[in-house]
Amino acid sequence: MNTIASLHIGEMGYISEESLDSIPLKLLEMGCLPGAEVQLVQIAPLKDPLYICVNGSHLAIRKETASKIRILKSE
Amino acid sequence: MSKKDIKVALIGNPNTGKTSLFNQLTGLTQKVGNYPGVTVDKKQGSCKLSATQNAVITDLPGTYSINPTSVDESIVLKTLLKKDIKESPDVILVVADVENLKRNLLLFSQIKDLEIPTVLAINMVDQMTRKGISIDLTALKEELNTEVVLISARKNQGIEAVKAAIIKCHVAAKATPMCDNKKIDPAYFEELKAINPNYTLYELWLMVTQKNFPEEISKQEKEKLLSFNKDVSKLKKYQHKETIYRYQEINKILKNTYLVDKSKAKDLRAKLDKVFTHRIFGYFIFLLVLLLIFQSIFDWSSLPMDLIDTTFAELSDFARSNLPTGVLSDLIVEGIIPGIGGVIIFIPQIAILFLFIAVLEETGYMSRVVFLMDKIMRRFGMNGKSIIPLISGTACAIPAIMATRTISSWKERLITILVVPFTTCSARLPVYAILISLIIPDTKIFGFYNLQAFTLLMLYALGFGTAILAAYILQKTLKIKSNSFFVVEMPNYKLPSVKNVLFDVLEKTKAFVLGAGKIILALSVVLWFLASNGPESYKNAEQNTIEKVANKNLGTDELQQKIAAVKLENSYIGIMGKSIEPAIRPLGYDWKIGIALITSFAAREVFVGTLATIYSVGSDDENTTTIKEKMRSEINPATGKKIFNFPAGMSLLVFYAFAMQCMATLAIVKRETKTWKWPLIQLFGMTGLAYVCSLIVFQILK
Ligand SMILES: Nc1nc2c(ncn2[C@@H]2O[C@H](COP(=O)(O)OP(=O)(O)OP(=O)(O)O)[C@@H](O)[C@H]2O)c(=O)[nH]1
Ligand SMILES: [Mg+2]
Repeated sequence: MNTIASLHIGEMGYISEESLDSIPLKLLEMGCLPGAEVQLVQIAPLKDPLYICVNGSHLAIRKETASKIRILKSE
Repeated sequence: MSKKDIKVALIGNPNTGKTSLFNQLTGLTQKVGNYPGVTVDKKQGSCKLSATQNAVITDLPGTYSINPTSVDESIVLKTLLKKDIKESPDVILVVADVENLKRNLLLFSQIKDLEIPTVLAINMVDQMTRKGISIDLTALKEELNTEVVLISARKNQGIEAVKAAIIKCHVAAKATPMCDNKKIDPAYFEELKAINPNYTLYELWLMVTQKNFPEEISKQEKEKLLSFNKDVSKLKKYQHKETIYRYQEINKILKNTYLVDKSKAKDLRAKLDKVFTHRIFGYFIFLLVLLLIFQSIFDWSSLPMDLIDTTFAELSDFARSNLPTGVLSDLIVEGIIPGIGGVIIFIPQIAILFLFIAVLEETGYMSRVVFLMDKIMRRFGMNGKSIIPLISGTACAIPAIMATRTISSWKERLITILVVPFTTCSARLPVYAILISLIIPDTKIFGFYNLQAFTLLMLYALGFGTAILAAYILQKTLKIKSNSFFVVEMPNYKLPSVKNVLFDVLEKTKAFVLGAGKIILALSVVLWFLASNGPESYKNAEQNTIEKVANKNLGTDELQQKIAAVKLENSYIGIMGKSIEPAIRPLGYDWKIGIALITSFAAREVFVGTLATIYSVGSDDENTTTIKEKMRSEINPATGKKIFNFPAGMSLLVFYAFAMQCMATLAIVKRETKTWKWPLIQLFGMTGLAYVCSLIVFQILK
């Protein structure tokens, strides 16, 4: 299963519709919506947190949260 | 504030320039910073909108939505849901960042649904061309059914248009909702709306989701509202659906009105991020920044500090020779002038510290530090965001404790609050500075690094290390359940605005000096009184001394000194110091230092001023020497050795590194944790630790 946590640096994906319930409300409100394109910008030196860009927002989220958000990798 | 004044509330996402706009509108200055969540409390100012119309403007903390997840965000919800006429805003000014308009409009749409007149100010339009953004303003106004203004708070553009829009919006008093939740589940929301038609559907929905009820709601209605709360998963699902629905509406509106030409966008962010968040360089740069700060605090400030020190000594001399002798002149020469000198002398160091912190915040670098440090901080029961309080705690613990409001997990926040006072705040600096200059030689190590500066750095490291260790212990012992959720926005890098930085440094330094100054001045007057008055034995001191040494054939100078010393010992303060001497002698201190310890429980920085007052009263020198010289020459009559020798000095340094000596901090901790339990734990825990450690240090080094 692909999640944001399984992206490589620079890689992109689309947040899948079925993960809606596992995205925290706060992240949704910040633009992390199903169908949105998400890019992994950087991984912190200790492998956590992750620095992502989604819907124009640049956010740092923890791996724990990221691994709950399923994505479809774009080719 | 007169009745006619329009009440305007500034609301928007973090870091969109609300405070910058607030400053432009009100002319008042307050903290602005490029770290999301810098404003953590509301602040008011007034503004002249037109020749006849005034407004009261409230600046609020930034938030991504009305649904709060941390204390600072909940302040916004509270302001909006307050129904009593006095407090609730007439017009809401939503400040949005042009670069991320879509996300900013989510909050806007929620506010629109509360049906309060709203103006939308799209800020940072000076960045539009660089980012390849174009906006169809007329169409946007129409689509949003709102007054929209393009502004640049930094360049002072569009401010007049904002004022005009506020008046227009207030006069029209029209407010239309933007989204209709009934579309999500008609039956469910019809039923909700039926509970009380006086409130908008969205207000009722917020009462349900936030369990925040206005006083006017009857008990019956409240029960009905609470019944909606039973099915939590449904509630959660509907909140999710609502958010998606809002974004759909926003996308529809922006599709034709807001265009971004990516090919025109120039962005430094990616390149800079590669360096600043790099797995090795990232930490290396952070360390360098810290080293630079400490080196500058010591190097840049030594010259002005010496200057201030000698100036005040000369001032005392001047006053002494020009004022008529009497009680009042004594108070001025021995109490007030040294006391004030003791405050003024910290200005250079504090200003430099605040300068660095302001620049780090303004540039957006702080968020990168949060990103780098989160994993490490989590091991110690804190949060990446705790690094901001820990760093700004090096200036002052009070703003640092306020800054913890952005941390959404209560346990992580509490731990941060509890350990922040261990970090070396600027009030410790003057104490450290004077002790270091007395016991550490002014030489270079490794050929370039000043040994005194290095000692200071070690003291900072000691404070920081203890904070981390204490956090670790607290994490293991505190039994508090709270889920830790973490999301931080990484703002764009910005060149710091010189104006913002200067205002910030000026304002904070002023607040610090005035705040500390008042305490120090008051205490030095009290001290002087206690030191120059006493019971019977004080009044007889002169007579007794003359009789005692009558056969020793002393010169007049020597005799006068002897008398002064005996007098001080028998004064009220001398008696107080003497009575705690047994407890502090094992730490290497005499009763004079004991007095300084007692007074510095009000505020640490009082230490130097107290010693200054005590030594000026104690020595009957005609020539006032500097405080430092007086301390250097102090001899312990019991041992005949210098008081401020290496073991006692080290022991004092350690004591000041750990002890909780700041009433203002205790008061803030009480306010933020809402109980006396935590400040008391800090007071006794930290001071106990200080006592034990200083004891060990002195006994080993002695
Ligand atoms: N380029 C540009 N930068 C701006 C403008 N207005 C504000 N800034 C910068 O944006 C950053 C944040 O400004 P603040 O006024 O602190 O933002 P805020 O909305 O009060 O932030 P919070 O209190 O954290 O919610 C600062 O670095 C400002 O210098 C503008 O019009 N143009
Ligand atoms: Mg602000």
